[in-house]
Amino acid sequence: MVTETLEHVSFHVNGTLHELDLPARRLLSDALRHDLKLTGTHVGCEHGVCGACTVLVDGAPMRSCLAFAVSLEGALITTVEGCCTDGGEMGPVQQAFQDCHALQCGFCTPGFITTITAYLEQHAAPTAEEAREAISGNLCRCTGYQNIVAAVQRAAELKTELKT
Amino acid sequence: MKPSPFTYHRPRSIDEALAVLSSVGDAGKVLAGGQSLVPLMSMRLAAPTDLVDINHIAELDSVEVTDSYVRVGALARHSRVEADPKAYGAIPLLRQGLVNVAHPTIRNRGTTVGSLVHADPAAEMPAVLTLLDGVVELRTANDTREVAAADFFEGPMQSAIRPRELAVAARFARPPPGSGSAFLELSRRQGDYAICGVGALVTTDGGDAIMSARVALISVGDGPVLVEVTEAAADDGIDEHGLHALVDERIDPDPDIHASAEYRRHLAHVLALRALHEAHQQARLVNRRHRVA
Repeated sequence: MVTETLEHVSFHVNGTLHELDLPARRLLSDALRHDLKLTGTHVGCEHGVCGACTVLVDGAPMRSCLAFAVSLEGALITTVEGCCTDGGEMGPVQQAFQDCHALQCGFCTPGFITTITAYLEQHAAPTAEEAREAISGNLCRCTGYQNIVAAVQRAAELKTELKT
Repeated sequence: MKPSPFTYHRPRSIDEALAVLSSVGDAGKVLAGGQSLVPLMSMRLAAPTDLVDINHIAELDSVEVTDSYVRVGALARHSRVEADPKAYGAIPLLRQGLVNVAHPTIRNRGTTVGSLVHADPAAEMPAVLTLLDGVVELRTANDTREVAAADFFEGPMQSAIRPRELAVAARFARPPPGSGSAFLELSRRQGDYAICGVGALVTTDGGDAIMSARVALISVGDGPVLVEVTEAAADDGIDEHGLHALVDERIDPDPDIHASAEYRRHLAHVLALRALHEAHQQARLVNRRHRVA
């Protein structure tokens, strides 16, 4: 049996620097939820299939259940809690989800919000087909994807409106 | 669904990583992107006692394009290789294969070299390395060796890497001028494991005639299955029946809950023909542009 020592790691989450001492095997998803109490990141399948735990690492979506927290030394992490406006209001993707009824039970939503937030940074006006491709790595079991696809396009509109 | 405890190492250089790997011996395992290793550890199908995290070794995060190859460092994420314009210009097949590797989110962290070492028979990049006669560069603290793709994939989830070794890079050889390529696969859902997939490489004489043609198939054998199909080349492309016979000699599909062996064989035939056709078309297009220029 390996004795579990704690490893030091520091990373930013939603703009705040965190210094943590964690067992090396602590998944990033668990570090966010248990150690930082940021329970917006949801844990579904825990083996990288469902996408519910998706967070942004240095701006790019990644599965937080497929990374050890200690490996994220120095990273800039954004969770769904960080996808709001600077004033703490709903961000464009969150607003679009409300407008389009793109969530029902909400379990998968944090993974969609983070994924779509990053996607729209690179693709300002996706077609429905592109939107479908963008969310293809996220599973939803109750809402259905039609409204989520609509929300991707609505969020793109809202983002453009904000800029002009 | 939680990994068992392990000792964590965070080397900052290749030499430091090799020293750690050397000291921990058989118990050591390299962590790169972790998109296959972490789930295996969470499911306790793998329980290395020492994990050597190479995510902080900047010198491994490289994509180098020369006249003869594209060299991908051990820490180059799939997404980086996929987006690299020089790598795409040199070997379009890299991006053609990479866009089929899981989802963009997985490609943001997963590494191309890690995928090669993992040697999943359903994985795309081992097939790409095989098609392009690539090599994997392996290092230990006091030795360096290169293993050709043909010898690297030893079986399902079994590559030629040994304890204490670090796969520092893979080199994909640039195909000769007048070549075209394609990668096609069928999966139950977009981004899922391929039920069958085929990479194709066709080299022409600079016009329309095929000088050589080969395919590498995934999910129909213990690893990427390379089939030389030049003799199935006909005047106007590829002879379907000749191709099927050549493919059938080499593949050995297994049935599972998603597809019967016969269905996989059918897909191998259909996808190989389509991929070769696309590769041939691409080569002709490039040739035509060259002639115009």
